[in-house]
Amino acid sequence: MSRAVTALDGATSTDGIATITEVALQGMITLRGDLASAGIKKAAKTVASVDVPGAGQANCSDDRGICWMSPDELLVLCPYDEVDASLDKIRSTIGSDHALAVDVSDARAVFRVSGAGARDVLAKLVPVDLKPQAFAGGMFRRTRMAQVPVAFWLHEEDVFQIVCFRSHARYVFDLLKVAAQPGSAVDFF
Amino acid sequence: MSTRLATGGRLIDKGKAVTFTFNGSKMRGFAGDTLASALLANDQMLVGRSFKYHRPRGIVASGVEEPNALVNLGTEGTFEPNQRATTTELFDGLTAASQNHWPSLEFDVGAVNAKLSRFMPAGFYYKMFIHPRPLWKHVYEPFIRQAAGLGKAPKGRDDDTYEHFYAFCDVLVIGGGIAGLTAAKAAAASGANVVVLEQTAHWGGRSLVDGGTVDAKPVDKVVEQMVSELSDMPNVTMRTRTMGAGVYDHGYVLGYERLSDHAPHSTSGPRHRLWRIRAGHVITATGALERPLSFAGNDIPGVMLASAVRDYVSNYGVSVGDRTVVVTNNDDAYRTAIALKTAGLTVPVVLDARVTPIDSPLMSEAKAAGIKVLMGHGISKVLGGKRVTGVAVCSQAGEGAVLEEIACDAVAMSGGWSPVVHLWSHCGGKLLWDTDFAMFRPDVDKAPIGADGRAFVSPAGAANGHFGLSDIIGDAHAVGAQAATALGHDAPTSAAPEADSVDEAPMAAVWLMPQGAGKTLRAKAWLDYQNDVKVSDVQLAAQEGFESVEHAKRYTTLGMATDQGKLSNINGLAILSDALNQPIPQTGTTTFRPPYTPISMGAIAGEARAEVFQPIRRTPLHDWHDANGADWEPVGAWRRPYAYVRDGETVHDAVMRETKNVRENLGLLDASTLGKIIVKGSDAGRFLDMLYTNMMSTLKPGKCRYGLMCSENGFLIDDGVVARIDEDTWLCHTTTGGAESIHQHMEEWLQTEWWNWQVYVANVTEQYAQIAVVGPNARKALEALGGMDVSKEALGFMEWADGSLGGFDVRAYRISFSGELSYEIAVRASEGQAFWDALMAVGASLGVMPYGTETLHILRAEKGFIMIGDETDGTVIPQDLGLHWALSKKKTDYLGKRAHTRSHMADPERWALVGLETVDGSVLPDGAYAVADGENANGQRNVQGRVTSSYHSPNLGKGIAMGLVLHGPDRMGEIVEFPGTDGTVYKAKIVNPVFFDPEGEKQNV
Repeated sequence: MSRAVTALDGATSTDGIATITEVALQGMITLRGDLASAGIKKAAKTVASVDVPGAGQANCSDDRGICWMSPDELLVLCPYDEVDASLDKIRSTIGSDHALAVDVSDARAVFRVSGAGARDVLAKLVPVDLKPQAFAGGMFRRTRMAQVPVAFWLHEEDVFQIVCFRSHARYVFDLLKVAAQPGSAVDFF
Repeated sequence: MSTRLATGGRLIDKGKAVTFTFNGSKMRGFAGDTLASALLANDQMLVGRSFKYHRPRGIVASGVEEPNALVNLGTEGTFEPNQRATTTELFDGLTAASQNHWPSLEFDVGAVNAKLSRFMPAGFYYKMFIHPRPLWKHVYEPFIRQAAGLGKAPKGRDDDTYEHFYAFCDVLVIGGGIAGLTAAKAAAASGANVVVLEQTAHWGGRSLVDGGTVDAKPVDKVVEQMVSELSDMPNVTMRTRTMGAGVYDHGYVLGYERLSDHAPHSTSGPRHRLWRIRAGHVITATGALERPLSFAGNDIPGVMLASAVRDYVSNYGVSVGDRTVVVTNNDDAYRTAIALKTAGLTVPVVLDARVTPIDSPLMSEAKAAGIKVLMGHGISKVLGGKRVTGVAVCSQAGEGAVLEEIACDAVAMSGGWSPVVHLWSHCGGKLLWDTDFAMFRPDVDKAPIGADGRAFVSPAGAANGHFGLSDIIGDAHAVGAQAATALGHDAPTSAAPEADSVDEAPMAAVWLMPQGAGKTLRAKAWLDYQNDVKVSDVQLAAQEGFESVEHAKRYTTLGMATDQGKLSNINGLAILSDALNQPIPQTGTTTFRPPYTPISMGAIAGEARAEVFQPIRRTPLHDWHDANGADWEPVGAWRRPYAYVRDGETVHDAVMRETKNVRENLGLLDASTLGKIIVKGSDAGRFLDMLYTNMMSTLKPGKCRYGLMCSENGFLIDDGVVARIDEDTWLCHTTTGGAESIHQHMEEWLQTEWWNWQVYVANVTEQYAQIAVVGPNARKALEALGGMDVSKEALGFMEWADGSLGGFDVRAYRISFSGELSYEIAVRASEGQAFWDALMAVGASLGVMPYGTETLHILRAEKGFIMIGDETDGTVIPQDLGLHWALSKKKTDYLGKRAHTRSHMADPERWALVGLETVDGSVLPDGAYAVADGENANGQRNVQGRVTSSYHSPNLGKGIAMGLVLHGPDRMGEIVEFPGTDGTVYKAKIVNPVFFDPEGEKQNV
């Protein structure tokens, strides 16, 4: 719907050591349940068209995917305008099993940090080992970025996809901009 | 005088002249100078005044241990006090000013303290200013504060930026001297991931000045080659200008990188970067520091550490004096004598406190160079005031009888070397006393222990108590290899490089010179230059019973200055041990705490300043509020509009206007911040019945119910409207501040107590923009948007429905916190702004105004609705607020039920909620206490109640308040007195807390 806007209306910053862009609205569904059960796995897969990843992993391609959030929680990604239909699919697949599926697409903001300095920028803000051999494609991390919670994964090499709460969008964007300020490359990785 | 030599100066570039100012005088130096070497090159030996006696003080050292040469650096936005000249790299345009003097460095009034020093011994302030008591606050303290302190506090806003950086590695090597490089190479050869930190701008440490050969090559060439090899390895990171500041549990280390201090105008980016490193193993290759000798007048400008004198000649081509007397208790100082002689300077004599049977190679070399050596001799006292003019020579064994006076303009002293054990000790590494070298060295069998029970810090080289190139390299290679293999890497195949070694004669411990120095000499023999502590002060502390080293330290302030006793600690505790007649290890050391040297506040704060100082949570409507006059109020981490102030209005005017308008027309409130938690599962009803005091399981789908939550101790913690969505799903509204804590509260009970209940919860607070549409025209506005039926029949009070309004998917709740006809409409957060705009458009003809949190408060107070955080403060229970109706009698249990039966909770004397109305219509001060007759045991007036909320109601035209009052509900109509802090006594009548529309007719339309 055209009236739906992201928190920062697609803000970007390109003058630093990495490019920071707010990503368009992304469909996101919190799915809680027994991750070992066939029903949950099937429900997530039906919507995301990928397998359920293991602990600490994400299985994402473009705007579909599944991220492992906790031992009983997945984040299922789908196109924003397919969320309602996807929720219906998930609920009908699960049936009467004990589970919870809710739309959280609008509760979040998504940013992309890209470029040769992307790892530097993130490593200034998150207490995570970001050496290429330690944090590679397919990994997913829920952590703290400066003073707020975030989750992130590698969209592709040198491109991080970061999810935060919508109310923190301005703070997170400003943080990333400060961390990417010109002349601040660390040359560690 | 001190001056620049025609030759020498490894680190400076004589082709690049640099100008700077010191106390306003323009001076010249070269690129590569430190501020200290440049000051010396300009014959500026006097650099400051001491803390207590305002004694003239000169540069003593050449590195981080410098106690005296502290300056105010920069101006305005780049101003920083207490910067060490010895670690400040010179740049063009540097501005420095000396500290702690008035009116000038050369002539200082405070120096009168020095004349009185006999009357100002250790503990002087404690003893002198204790009586009479009242004088402390108004006379003594202001006077002492005026006199105390070194640098000035910055006044301007810091122009620079700072950042943190999280790094992980296998082996972290702290120190880039020959030991650090050797250890790093050994560790890196095994394939381990290695980070090397060096605090200065140069690799190689002291080895470049002290020389020697490794594998038959000069050591400076070897350093160059090692740096080049390490830099080329993909598994090695090398950082200069980065100090290892502190070692903490679990291999956590702070590194302090100074990115632009050496060139502040020519680089962009942050000034400092704080490295937050997690290392598998930490190697402290932090070297050693030379100790001063304690003789009278050892603080007169021109008396320096022998190694520093050598550094200035060798690294910067600076001579500290034409005639330098060397005084020592070990062989190393002979290197200084030889270096000075080689540079063409005069060394009148080497005073060696030792008596050795045969000459060591260094002694022979010095003598061969024509230097006179007097064994068994020392300095009785240094001659001179603001500058050394000579020394009075005595025998070390005597009491200081002067044998001869020798003219000189500098003294190079060496009292031996102490390994830098600071980083080893930060996390619990223990020390051993080494009698041969009279020093504490790391006890490698008592290392800091990691979570796996194994040592995670290893010292290497001089920091491990090894001296001489050969020993240092051998030790460092072994330590580097061990660190890597301990982490599971293969042992390196290469052997340690072979270095030459020089036999040195044993040093002799000399803690006082001469050993029998009398009282007068001892009172001029300085231990701590920065805090003005002398040998006599430490002896006095011991005499007065401060026997613990920690007590003696605090009593005398030994080692408590910004240098944290890098030069003074060992000498001080040796004097203390002697005074207590016990061996040094029994006295022990004070605690080594991070940081190794002071680090900037900016580096600690990192990026957290200006717009990202603190995260502020913004609703989807934040920007609209901001553009429409919002006067912001912090509510938790959120910002909410307190009121929307129009041109020409005060905030109070705006609140009054908004409050009237809601009751008369139509108001819109951004309620998006209220918590919204989904609770789902076959046990969800049972779960909510435990959490809320009233019954939630009986709520029918489509209905809403107000609920209270208590902690297990019975106190009110949150309230809100619960909506039943379907058979096994509820949506719980919480307060704005309670969203996260109540979500966590739910998870905690589910994960720890009721783990087998079939319940999942999800916090969906931010998924929705929720807008309260309130006032007599509320329904008309929604009908104008069109879509779902919002009539009384279709959507009754305390009901909700999903539908569409103005083309938006909405969930409409018919709930009221104002007593008006009221809807709360939830839409997707991404559409919140568009929906708000649509409401404002249809509301234009209905008298719409947005309203803020203060209006929300007044409206609810008019109705006698309680507010968590106003009527509750963590000590209030539902019964206090007359909410007995919300305490289920049918349920066998809920959180807080049992607590409510405790005698104090059931006490009829608990203050209870009432309305309060001043007799003159004025506003009661919020928080004021109602007084009662008599006094309590502390002589204070007895109290019988307090105001919890107080406002001016524009709808009622008077002040209204709520409060908790003893037996309040039974005392309707009584007048109670509330003394204000303004001296006025407010009289208020106890009334029903529902001031407006008690029958609730306005909301039921």
